[in-house]
Parts: sequence; C-alpha cells; structure tokens
Amino acid sequence: MESLQYPFDSQLILRMKKRFRRELLSEDVRRIQKKIAILGGSTTAEIRSVLELFLLDQGIEPAFYESEYNSYWQDVMFENPALLSFRPDIIYIHTTSRNLRELPKMTDSPEVVEHKLAEEYESFRVMWEKITQNFHCPVIQNNFERPSLRLMGNKDVSDIHGKSYFVTRLNQKFYEYAQNHPDFYINDIDFLSACFGLEKWNDPFYWHMYKCAPAIPAVPELAFNTANIIKSIFGRNKKALVLDLDNTLWGGIVGEDGADGIEIGQETAAGQLYSEFQSYLRELQSLGVLLTIDSKNDMENALAGLNRPDSVLKPEDFLIIKANWEPKDRNLKEIAEELNIGTDALVFVDDNPAERHIVRSQVPDAAVPEIGEPQDYLTTLDRSGFFEVTALSEDDMKRGEMYKANFQRTRQQAAFADYRQYLLSLEMKAEIKPFSSLYMARIAQLTNKSNQFNLTTRRCSEAELTQIAADPNYITLYGKLTDKFGDNGVVSIVFGHKEGEVFHIDLWLMSCRVLKRDMEFAMMDELVRRCRAAGVRTIRGYYIPTKKNGMVRDFYGLHDFVKVSEDETGSAVWELAEISLYERKNTVIEVEGE
Amino acid sequence: MNKEEILKKLNAVFCDVFDDDTICLTAETNADDIDDWDSLAHISLIAAIENEFDIRFDIKTALHLKTAGEIADAISALL
Repeated sequence: MESLQYPFDSQLILRMKKRFRRELLSEDVRRIQKKIAILGGSTTAEIRSVLELFLLDQGIEPAFYESEYNSYWQDVMFENPALLSFRPDIIYIHTTSRNLRELPKMTDSPEVVEHKLAEEYESFRVMWEKITQNFHCPVIQNNFERPSLRLMGNKDVSDIHGKSYFVTRLNQKFYEYAQNHPDFYINDIDFLSACFGLEKWNDPFYWHMYKCAPAIPAVPELAFNTANIIKSIFGRNKKALVLDLDNTLWGGIVGEDGADGIEIGQETAAGQLYSEFQSYLRELQSLGVLLTIDSKNDMENALAGLNRPDSVLKPEDFLIIKANWEPKDRNLKEIAEELNIGTDALVFVDDNPAERHIVRSQVPDAAVPEIGEPQDYLTTLDRSGFFEVTALSEDDMKRGEMYKANFQRTRQQAAFADYRQYLLSLEMKAEIKPFSSLYMARIAQLTNKSNQFNLTTRRCSEAELTQIAADPNYITLYGKLTDKFGDNGVVSIVFGHKEGEVFHIDLWLMSCRVLKRDMEFAMMDELVRRCRAAGVRTIRGYYIPTKKNGMVRDFYGLHDFVKVSEDETGSAVWELAEISLYERKNTVIEVEGE
Repeated sequence: MNKEEILKKLNAVFCDVFDDDTICLTAETNADDIDDWDSLAHISLIAAIENEFDIRFDIKTALHLKTAGEIADAISALL
C-alpha cells in the first residue's frame, strides 16, 4: 500500500487506519500468520493497530497479545497464563524512559548511581532470560530515548548524576546483551525520537492524558520501525536493487552529455551527492544486497558512464546490466528471473516518476520508493528498511560472488551434452552434518525465507532450532555445497524426530540456487545413513502445499517413498517403509567424511 | 469558521477515524451513538482533530469532551 511506504504521512495513517486495515484485509494475498505479544510500559493500543497495518503490508498477518498497562515485567516474571497459552512467535517489549524507576539523584554517591544502573539493567536481564526459558522466541526490546529534560543543562550528558548519562549507559548495557544473544533485537527508539524530534516524541499531553509514550503522532514511525525488524526476522527483506542510471546514479544524461559531461565525483556539489549515493550502495552490497541496472540507454554509453575513473561503482559491481530501450517493467521482470528470485524481493530506484509509475502498475509486488530529490535518495533508501539486518550470516556478505559463480556455471553447462558429465565437471563437494551453532543464523534464515523447495514451510527461530539440535530425539542436518566456481554456503536443511522405529521428517528445504545439482540425493543418503544408525525402520515424509511449493509435490516419490495418504487440500504423507532397502542415489557429489 | 463549518469538517474526521461514511454528527452526538467510540478511539479522535484544525487542546478540556457539540465549541475557542 503506497500510503504505508516510507516516507509516509503519519497523520494520514492515524486518521485512516481503520479504512487501511479493511483495504489490506480485502486484498487477495496470502500472508504468513504470526503471533506477536506486545508487553508495554505504556498504553499500547495505538501501537498495536498501526503495527498491524505495516505487518499486513509486509505479508504478515499478526495475532496480538497485549499486556495490561505497564505490566510487561509482571506478565513475564509471574508467568501470566494468558501469555503462556498465547505461545508468541515474537515478544516485543515496548518500554521508554518513562519506565525507568531508579534514576540517579544529585545527592547520590557514585556507588549508589552504579547500584541503580545495575538494578535497572538486572530487572530487564532477568526478564529476557525468563522469556528465553519459557518461550524460545525472538525478543524485540526498545532501547531508551534521551530524556527531554536536562536538569543540569549540558552537564546532564556527562555527569554521573545526569539522567541523560544514565540512559546512555543503560543503553550501552542493552547493546552488549544484544551482541551476545542472537535472537534479541534492539528497537532503536533513541534514533527514532531524535529524527522525529525529542520534544514532540515526549509530548507530556499524551502521557498524562492516556499514559501513551511516545506521543500518538510518533506512533507510525515507531510501528514502522518495529515492523521492519519483524519482517526481517521472518525473511521478508528485499534482496536486490534495480537501479536507473541517468539522474539516479549520476547527474545528467550520458547518451547526450557524454561520459565526460555527466556529474559524478568530487568536482561539483551535485557530483558529490551522486558519489555519496554510490558509496552507500556499495556498502549495501557488502551486506549481501544484489545490485542490478535497468536503464534506457545504449549499453556502450551505460558502460562508459560506469567506467569513469571517479565512478564509485564499476560495471563488475552489477550482476545484471540491462541497458536497452525495452520497457523498464519488462527488464525488471527479466532481472528477477535471471537472479531466480521473486519480483517481491526487488527495489526499483528511478528518479523518473513516469518510470516508477509503470513499474508500480505492472509489477505491483516490487517496492518502488518515492525516492525524492537527489539529496533525499540516501535517507529514503536508508529509512525504508528494505534491507533491515537481523541475522547477518556469512552467506549474506558473499551473496554477490555466489550469483556471479552461478552465471559461470550456466555458461559451462552449455558446453556439455550430457548433464551428468556437466555435474561431474563441477567437482562438487558437500559437507552434511548435524546443526552447528556456527551456522544457526543461516539455518534460521533459510527456514524463514525458503518458499519453493520447501516441503512443510515450517518457520523456525534460532532459539527454537538450538533447542531442536540439542534434543536426542531429533536428527538434524545442514548441507553445504562447494564447487570449482565457488562456495554456495549452507543450502539445504533437514530435520525430523523419531517415534519408536518411525522417523518423521518435520522440515526439508533447499535453496533454489542449487536446483538440479543432486544435492537433495546427497542429503537423503546421509539422512538414511543416520536413521539406520539410530535404529529407524521407516521414514515418513510430509508435503504441505502452499502457493509457492508446487515444485516439490512429488519430491519424496523420487526417493523411493510411496504416497500413503493425501487429503483434499493436497497435503500428503509419503513413506519409505523399509530403509534397509534404500539405495544410495548421489553419484556426483563428494561428501566430506565418506 | 462558524459552528456549522466546524461541525462539517469534524464530521469528515469522524467518518475517517471510524471508517463509517454514514456518520452524521449533531451537537448531541456522543459515544453512545457511535459503536466504536470507546476510550481508545477517543485518543485517535483527539489526535486527528488536533491535526485537522491545527490546534492543541489542554488536558482539562480534552478530558471533558463528551459530545460533538462540546468538541466543536472547544475547537471554536481555539481558532
């Protein structure tokens, strides 16, 4: 919904939220359902209803639990049965500086101030630990906004008695906790309140009138920020940027002004703006965001512009360059196909409103931000939260290289008449082992974003997976695939549990980047080997259909399983009755340790 | 702005906030007449009205606004 894209009109959202909700719910889209507990230190009704809008817009249909006013701590510590039975997928702790109890006084000794800081931090820490213990779900915790009053004036930020100093230090402790707990996420309201204006954020009217913190007009900013963390946790981030060139990556039109005439580099103010934008894009690339170009230009001119010595981004930084005179929406769809990702994973950036309009109308699920003027490009992209980082796996950082290697493989394939010969020529090596903490971030990420090659589409948090990995009743496997063109990283995940002599496969997924490489056979060989060792006789596999996983409907049939039942929705149970009769299938991948 | 104009603008705010185009405010309209007008909706309503008329209520006034007529009077006093 356009009204919910950054930069949005907060007042419009607040006023129209009922209608927006109705319109979003009437859209014919399938959303994943998630249970979100909001544990608040203030009135959270408005936050809940606006958060719902942003989540619906991101393809997530939330069910909410809300704590009573200011009983976030009690709900967790005294194990409120309503919260326990709600079984949240995410717990959001919405606290603000209004909830701090032990603030320093001018008469406090340094020891007392230290003690207060430790007490305040402890009360949060024990609550987080209790949540981990009882719910095994991700926690989103606000940091604290700066208090808007400074008793000592400027000294408030540096003196040990200053509330500003106290809050800054407490925040620091929260960040350290976050660094050591992967399923714990800080919601940075310190930043938000600064952007919004601290005085308006802390407007006492809304606090004293309704116990709302922050003030109602700030709620959309807060809810948007929170929704970005949530959608990122559930694998709804964007993956690639589709960029225009003229007046987007540089000033001017390269086809008319020539490569020497466009504005880029340090010579002019406008050139500096574009350089800064390009530098930011290069940093996004280092997070694993894929860069591509969709420009109305002759290829020769496009390359001439990018090859200028002062251009930050070079042609080789882009996985795909479409410089032609085709409609941009067509190019964009081709880019999605070539990258093998959905158009809903693309962000289209173009200074031209007409181009934005055509892409928006032809490819409604691609993100098309109202990017503004050149001086706004950076802020718009940065604040939109398309690439919100929650789990940053090593694979993310290397994603660009992986895609490049993929293109090389495609080229190699064309040279082989026999597909098996081609697979052998890739010199593939796999590592197939039980889940290890080293890869847990990537494993969780895969369970949350794989849609196509995914038999049951079960989404798991890191905490949940850690628990499963430790359970002796479970067999877990990750598969990592390397070949002569590069490391594909962790690409396949399987786990299931044993009941007597029967093993149930709870989850089986594979990244589409390694389709048709026989990796699934190597995985099944290993699973069967481990099942045999564990005294299993029969393996049962499940297929639960979604809009996107039709490609694996008959997956288990390829592995000697027999379909034993299927209901009217297409959900099917497959069985490998006697695993002693199973024969190894993989002949092209060398598996480590065999 | 006279009372009638205020009430008309106010009516538009109510229609949006309650997502109900059939609302037709009179001076006497109160929370009993509009199903969703509870204390939580009241917060949204006050925020939307402040924004629409570019005014700020003081706490004492805001707490005692029970009918559309009272709201219109309070707006009028601030314009």
